[in-house]
Amino acid sequence: MSSVTPNIQIKPRKKQYQLLLMAAPFLLLVLLFSYVPLFGWSFSLFNYRPGISLLESKFVGFKYFQMFLTDKYDMYRVMKNTVIFALIGYLVSPLPMIFAIMLNEVKHAKYKKAVQTISTMPNFVSWVIVYSLMFTIFSTDGVFNDIMMNLGLISSPTNVLADKDAVYWFQTLLGQWKNLGWSSIIYLAAIAGIDQEMYEAASIDGATRFQSILHITIPSLMPTFIVLLLLSIGNFVNVGFDQYFVFKNNVTAANIEVLDLYVYRIGLMNSDYSYGVAIGIMKSFVSIALLFIANTLSKKVRGTSIV
Amino acid sequence: MIHRKTPGTVAANVVIYFLLGFFALLCLYPFWYLVIFTFSDPGEALKGVSFWFRGFSFYNVEQVLRLQGIDRALLNSVLRTVLGTGITVFCCTFLGYLFSKQEMPGRRFFYRAVIITMYVSGGLIPTYLIYRSYGLTNNFLVYILPGAVSAYNMILVKTFVEQLPPALEEAAMIDGASYLRVFFQVIIPLSIPIIATIAIFSAVGQWNSWFDNHIYNTNSPPLMTLQYQLYKFLNEAQRLAALLKEGNIKDVEAAVTQQLTPKGVRVTTTLFAAVPIFLVYPFMQRYFIKGIMVGAVKG
Repeated sequence: MSSVTPNIQIKPRKKQYQLLLMAAPFLLLVLLFSYVPLFGWSFSLFNYRPGISLLESKFVGFKYFQMFLTDKYDMYRVMKNTVIFALIGYLVSPLPMIFAIMLNEVKHAKYKKAVQTISTMPNFVSWVIVYSLMFTIFSTDGVFNDIMMNLGLISSPTNVLADKDAVYWFQTLLGQWKNLGWSSIIYLAAIAGIDQEMYEAASIDGATRFQSILHITIPSLMPTFIVLLLLSIGNFVNVGFDQYFVFKNNVTAANIEVLDLYVYRIGLMNSDYSYGVAIGIMKSFVSIALLFIANTLSKKVRGTSIV
Repeated sequence: MIHRKTPGTVAANVVIYFLLGFFALLCLYPFWYLVIFTFSDPGEALKGVSFWFRGFSFYNVEQVLRLQGIDRALLNSVLRTVLGTGITVFCCTFLGYLFSKQEMPGRRFFYRAVIITMYVSGGLIPTYLIYRSYGLTNNFLVYILPGAVSAYNMILVKTFVEQLPPALEEAAMIDGASYLRVFFQVIIPLSIPIIATIAIFSAVGQWNSWFDNHIYNTNSPPLMTLQYQLYKFLNEAQRLAALLKEGNIKDVEAAVTQQLTPKGVRVTTTLFAAVPIFLVYPFMQRYFIKGIMVGAVKG
């Protein structure tokens, strides 16, 4: 019977409204925890101070937005940090694909499985744990200095965690250490989907392994790579929070403070709520604008939207 | 595939095997270090532990278990993981099922409304101010309620339920079963693979969370979670390192003897925080592909 009237079983109206009634508590949760906070944006237009209600606060219009846009020092610095992290992120974005291709070249199944299993693991521990691991290894009395000194490679202990100039590349390396294995899974899945006959045909035509990779594997992975790249455009100003938050210290603060950390410091540490909200809103608008740009690009390049 | 074994390919193989193996070692070593340091004899460990145990002792584990508040932190982490996962799995599964019903009034509107939350959020401070006005500061519920309905997980369930053969559900409906009954007796048993995926990824997320503890419950020691406890230990150690750098040796000695956390406690707590992840890891691996579809699903 379902083939005659697919899905259009006439049900009593009462029963249909039951569905809505059952969904109501969950929709209420979404309303309370995702939509109501949007009203918090109004704080940006007032000179809100803790302890005084918003109604009694002074209306200041777009003062806080202007304040951030005309700030020569901090705004310039945190935007620079954010952009540097984002750009280095694009620079290293082919690494998961390269890692997957290399892994695919390993014909020894157990070795391949072991490398994949181990390298995916760091993705599942928190940044607090990663920080603790790195602190244990790289701090002045850590095992890194022990080993390097014993080998005579360095004469006095170093501490990369308290090195202002090392921030950008060290944090990028850490990000790769944590995420490379996990990010490569999507490429491994894509490689598994490539038609094996193409490789056989190429081999018969005398292609070397390297040529097969260059002319079959990489072109087959390009669509995946481009989708991920386009998706990441929307996140240009969201370079991550936890990582930089835990690794921030007095020495590295100036270079590691990205936009999100700055909002946290202004809003929650200094309790300058209105200013923090204003910066957060501008960030959201930039994100949404970038998402639309990425979506338009995607429609042009691939003919389908990503959102 | 048939390929000639030229010296070039052999060399390439060696390089690939070496690079991959080296990266795997880099990933493994920090965790291995946690294990060998924790179980080495503390006295011997002072001379430096690098690749293998120096002596063997449970001293560090005993010390950490004796720390004030650590049992509470462990309990809180377990509680938030179990309750948080259970509740979000129920919410997402049930709502996903309801949204799979074409006849639901206003279905498109409400479904869209939930999806939008994946892209638009109030942001850190508005969210903090509003949650605070709900009374969610110094409150255990802040670990559980805000993430209970996850749009992404809900889509996963809805897509999964829509793929199920409709015949089973229709048969139950014709027999007069209610939506609730169909959900519990037909949909849940058939949806175990997707429920397991959601459950395992939420559980890892809950166990690893610490920032909500930091901003909402920082003044409430009874609500401290293990991850945040570890973060606090690290902050203290960080202060010590800064003192050392300034060469303020007197202060350092005072700090070490009085309140600062010795390395053993720090490393052992890290091991505690990481072990549950290692334990579920083998079970997780089969769900990786489903779990990575984040963003690949259309609203």
